[in-house]
Amino acid sequence: MSELQLLTWARGSGLDLAIGIFLMGVLWRLFEIYSLGRKKDLAEPRTVAGASGMSTVLRRSIPPAGMLKNSPVTYVAGYVFHVGLAIIVFFFAPHIKLFEGLLGFSWPGLPSQIVDFAAVLTIIAMLVLLFDRITKPVKRYLSTFQDWFTWTLTFLPVLTGWMAVQHLLLPYTTMLALHILTAELLLIFLPFTKLFHAFTVFGSRWYNGTVNGHKGVAV
Amino acid sequence: MREEEGVLLAGLAEHGVSRRSFLKFCTTLASAMALPPAAGLAMAEAMASARRPSVIWLPFQECTGCTESITRSHAPTIESLIFNVISLDYQETLMAAAGHQAEEALHNAIKDNFGKYLLIVDGSIPLGLDGAYSCIAGKSNLETLKEVAKGAAAIVAMGTCAAYGGIPKANPNPTGAVSVSDIIKDKPIVNIPGCPPIPVVMTGVLAHFLTFGSLPELDKLGRPKAFYGETIHDRCYRRAFYDQGKFAKTFDDEGARNGWCLFELGCKGPVTYNACATAKWNGGTSWPVESGHGCLGCSEPDFWDAGSFYKALSMPASPLKVAAGAAVAGAALGAAVSFANRTKKGAAKAGHETTTLPDLEK
Repeated sequence: MSELQLLTWARGSGLDLAIGIFLMGVLWRLFEIYSLGRKKDLAEPRTVAGASGMSTVLRRSIPPAGMLKNSPVTYVAGYVFHVGLAIIVFFFAPHIKLFEGLLGFSWPGLPSQIVDFAAVLTIIAMLVLLFDRITKPVKRYLSTFQDWFTWTLTFLPVLTGWMAVQHLLLPYTTMLALHILTAELLLIFLPFTKLFHAFTVFGSRWYNGTVNGHKGVAV
Repeated sequence: MREEEGVLLAGLAEHGVSRRSFLKFCTTLASAMALPPAAGLAMAEAMASARRPSVIWLPFQECTGCTESITRSHAPTIESLIFNVISLDYQETLMAAAGHQAEEALHNAIKDNFGKYLLIVDGSIPLGLDGAYSCIAGKSNLETLKEVAKGAAAIVAMGTCAAYGGIPKANPNPTGAVSVSDIIKDKPIVNIPGCPPIPVVMTGVLAHFLTFGSLPELDKLGRPKAFYGETIHDRCYRRAFYDQGKFAKTFDDEGARNGWCLFELGCKGPVTYNACATAKWNGGTSWPVESGHGCLGCSEPDFWDAGSFYKALSMPASPLKVAAGAAVAGAALGAAVSFANRTKKGAAKAGHETTTLPDLEK
């Protein structure tokens, strides 16, 4: 199999399979999670300012008082790589073409230098977080296999994509195929690992906010 | 010896090409092949004294586009004159002989130059139905290739069909087409893919063979590195627009008129190794991207099956087949699990027994 054939497989059957597993997993888990429901709270609801689903969704997007100072690496690097990933995935012109091919609509992209800069920052932030996880005893103690695994799943597509664009190590065709294949691995495992927070993060915040808001607690 | 030396130079002089411009041509060729400057002179000397090497050109499953490209696009330049000085002993499209005479020419060329002639092949070789899809003089292409390859010093697989199977090999490959290197394993083979290949690449390989008696340095896919060392994209004059994120969205929008990057219109330049962007076509007039059409990737194996020519490289190569079904299956699975959970919850609720004070005192 030549590089181009590998690339064509990754763009064809591989993509089809990965998106299939991704969609199956996502729909399965969303249905399952949101159909569980909660028992009706029969107590009289209390009204406290800032105690609602929506305020929790917003509040938890910013660090609580003192926490930024306490663990700056987690917050800063965490933000940088999440925002970086969003820029890379949704505003790199070739990625937008992929969405257009899958969804039928598109939006304007960013110049590749800006996306390239975002990719470098993302890679650095992720490496810093990995280093932090390894060196901080508490973080390391709390880490399970899934934490290391999902870090790798997220890191590889970014690294291979950036290397493909920069023409590093391997010929572009091979690197592009590796990039697509690693992104497909990410798609396949996303619904079944903690990466599923991409879909549930705001929903679970809202649940927490609402349940606690009913009790008059702003969380 | 003088007489032989005169073959090429006399031929050139007849066509109004001076020794000076011949040297210039050889130097350019040497530099195009990334050879040291002295190689230009060596090439000039070697080619000037070349003993009209015998060349046998076998056409198999092909469209004659490769022959057209080589013989007509540059005429009358030095490139075409080099073809005048080689002894093209068998070339069905170009030779006057036909039928038994043609076959005789072929057999004579093999016999007289056994072990020394250069074999050029264009077209793929069908293996289906015992090779019956393509026969010449009652022999299958497979038989002919094996027979003629035996006495060849080296083989040039001209065009993507001979090099990698090309269009005849495109899915579902009805004739069972394969490339030359799929069959011949014991001879030096150089692939000059392209649909058709660039004439100067052919000339360069011939000149190298005449000068050094060997084939130039090849890449993993058997292509001369000098010409296939870089992608179209990396050498494209529109590359700056790619970097700026300026893309033509249709073939006649403002972007297209401004000469912006054709990536979104399906250009395969980023994954195609060839010299079009630097060598250009038709005597340096233009090349596909310059004329406003994206690269098809014709010098790569299986380019025909690498997704639509008009879909960006980052788009799905084929329509999704599994995905829709998988989505429905996922939703159904989710609904089934939900139902099971609710049933369990309902059963637990129904089975709930009220605990009374006496129960606790038991």
